[in-house]
Amino acid sequence: MNINIANEDGICRIGIDGEMTIYSATQAKESLLSAMADCNEIEMNLAHVSEIDAAGLQLLALVKREAADRNKPLHFIAHSQAILDMLDLCNLAGVFGDPVVLSPA
Amino acid sequence: MNLDEALHTFIAESRELLQNMEDALLRIEQSPDDEELINAIFRAAHTIKGSAGLFGLDYIVAFTHVAESVLDRVRNGELRIEGDLVAVLLSSCDHLVELIEHLAAGSGDPTAEIQEKSKAIAACLNDYLGSDAAKNTNVVLTTEPNQTCTSEGGGEVETDLWHISLRFGKDVLRNGMDPLSFIRYLSTLGDIHHIFTLLNNIPPAVEMDPESCYLGFEISFKSNADKATIEGVFEFVREDCMIRILPPRSKITDYLKLIAELPEEELRVGEMLLRCGTLTQAELDAALRLQHGDGTAAPRPLGEVLVEAQMVSSPVMEAALDKQKQVKEHKSAEANLIRVDADKLDELINLVGELIIAGAGTNLIAQRTGDADLLESTATMSRLVEEVRDSALKLRMVQIGGTFNRFQRVVRDVSKELGKDIELVISGAETELDKTVVEKIGDPLTHLVRNSMDHGIESAETRLAHGKPAKGTLKLNAFHDAGSIVIEVSDDGGGLNKQRILNKAIERGLINETDNLSDKEIYNLIFEAGFSTAETVSNLSGRGVGMDVVRRNITALRGTVNLDSVEGRSTTVRIRLPLTLAIIDGFLVGVGTSVYVIPLDMVVECIERAAWENAGGDGRYINLRGEVLPYLRLREHFEVEGEPARRENVVVVRHGERKVGLVVDRLLGEFQTVIKPLGKVFNRISGIGGFTILGSGEVALIIDVPGLMGQGVVEMERNGQNAESMRALN
Repeated sequence: MNINIANEDGICRIGIDGEMTIYSATQAKESLLSAMADCNEIEMNLAHVSEIDAAGLQLLALVKREAADRNKPLHFIAHSQAILDMLDLCNLAGVFGDPVVLSPA
Repeated sequence: MNLDEALHTFIAESRELLQNMEDALLRIEQSPDDEELINAIFRAAHTIKGSAGLFGLDYIVAFTHVAESVLDRVRNGELRIEGDLVAVLLSSCDHLVELIEHLAAGSGDPTAEIQEKSKAIAACLNDYLGSDAAKNTNVVLTTEPNQTCTSEGGGEVETDLWHISLRFGKDVLRNGMDPLSFIRYLSTLGDIHHIFTLLNNIPPAVEMDPESCYLGFEISFKSNADKATIEGVFEFVREDCMIRILPPRSKITDYLKLIAELPEEELRVGEMLLRCGTLTQAELDAALRLQHGDGTAAPRPLGEVLVEAQMVSSPVMEAALDKQKQVKEHKSAEANLIRVDADKLDELINLVGELIIAGAGTNLIAQRTGDADLLESTATMSRLVEEVRDSALKLRMVQIGGTFNRFQRVVRDVSKELGKDIELVISGAETELDKTVVEKIGDPLTHLVRNSMDHGIESAETRLAHGKPAKGTLKLNAFHDAGSIVIEVSDDGGGLNKQRILNKAIERGLINETDNLSDKEIYNLIFEAGFSTAETVSNLSGRGVGMDVVRRNITALRGTVNLDSVEGRSTTVRIRLPLTLAIIDGFLVGVGTSVYVIPLDMVVECIERAAWENAGGDGRYINLRGEVLPYLRLREHFEVEGEPARRENVVVVRHGERKVGLVVDRLLGEFQTVIKPLGKVFNRISGIGGFTILGSGEVALIIDVPGLMGQGVVEMERNGQNAESMRALN
């Protein structure tokens, strides 16, 4: 899994590429939390998440809660099919309910 | 073990059992003391009830239970088998079929209409149970929630959803299991009505270990699976997770217990259950009130015991294991059979057809080259192709017995309806024919059978008055004959009244008064369209109503139908159908430059024209070893231009009992023929049944011998007076 982080005008754009699974969860937690630390607004691009498991889901939930605790707006954008399937399965589209847009296939 | 699969097996088995039950019920009227039959019926009901219980199909269990109780009394000799009881049991059997089909259609719980019917039939069955069983009945008929004990805290909740609470253990992920995949698997067992994912247990960021699992789920689940199966989903995580599964309509106290057990605070759990749709607001209120001891008594020990009994699943588990074993055994016995989509077979046969055409082309080329090795190899190939064709066609052959047996029921029901005593005798049930033909023959046969019973077989009094046994007999018979299958429907009823048919036909303008018709021709007039009017019903006592439709259906299958009758004694309707609709062995003949195919099965012999011409034929009939044989010149019939060949040949063809000679120029030998249907434009051309493509790429028309015979007769009669001039032409 690769996490690309770009800071622009205080907006932290995080792009996740690859599998969001238990195998990379520890690394991902560190990267995500540190990326969130120094910005005002966060945008997570999920377009390239090829697979997500429960560990990945927990990370998303953690990021969301952390952002809310720190009063930083957070957007999940460009949900990949894997993410959409998972949200659908767990009925969480409402929780991660930032604009769910079907990414162009 | 996939539950969907198991449910399908249950459905398939139930269908089979119900079929057996119906068969046994139909036979038992004749031999009411046959213990084997009684046991077979009882076993069918018993097995269905048992299996349905495993799948939690309470409505089937409830209904079957009543039927089973009645059957049990029969088995113990407390009840005698008699007509009315069999009728009630048959309707129960029908209703069970309905329930199973409803289940198979995946339509969920039975509709109000079906429940009404269940009750109505169960009520009839109850009449046979006597007083001691009355209490049984009450229990079995309550498929609605039992409301009586709500005030005691033991009431059931309204919904028919399972409720599953999951709190995954911390190490689940580390152990290589993904909670989401369990949910996914669960969703294959039924319908996740609502799922609530708990994310709140994730600790603060610093403490959170991304490799630990903090997830929980509250799921309301709609499924016909039994508890053991649902528990089985979570088999691998049972050790370190908290799993609570509440079956549909659990007692409110169960939910109470669940609420108490869950790590979250009560109100929150209650809210989740509410959101899942597992509990209604009122139920939740009642439950919480109950828990706080608010005005209601605490659950009584007895209630607890009951609750425990519901939770304990070891018998369910055992039964499920048993069932699995049974299914496995059943599977291995069935391993020799494969169910194949009929479309795939059709495709195969199409391909074989193309192969035959291509093979014929290769043969032709080989013959042209004259290469001996090539000829030999093509000959081998032709033989193999022929074998492939035969086995491909055999794949589609089914025994007609299945269709015949359906009529047991028809005969029974109709004879009850008509108040006649009629027995159905089936023979030749093992005769095979093409599946597509079998499917299409059902309706015409039903029509003929009903007709025979309704109008053919007389009432018992009339029969006795005529010195016949009071019980009428209806026979269904099938056999192979000259490349076709013959199906006979015969009755020993009153037969047809010739004079009445004649009068009617003259009145309708179908024939002239001066026409001289044979008995057979007269009887077969009832297949004419003009005979199917309401008026005819009374005049001819209904015989012939819709007979033209029967004939049309059968003609559409390239078959023929005719009727024999002895007045006052019997009527036999004979249907003759081709064995297959796709590929035949053909006999190739040439007329001028055209080539025609005659179905080989119908060809009796070929003779040279010179051999009989001198024997004194008059141009329309020939003397075939002393037999009068009408003949038809294909050259004239199809208006082929050109001079007739010097030495003509006659192909003698037979259809049914009639023989006709077809005069052709050349005999070209046998040819495997793939029948291609003619377009709609040529629909009305009789005498041609289709076309085929020869190896050379040429088109050859296939001669429809029965059609040609029918037409030939008419032509001969019409041309009767011109016979002289025709002969002059020749």
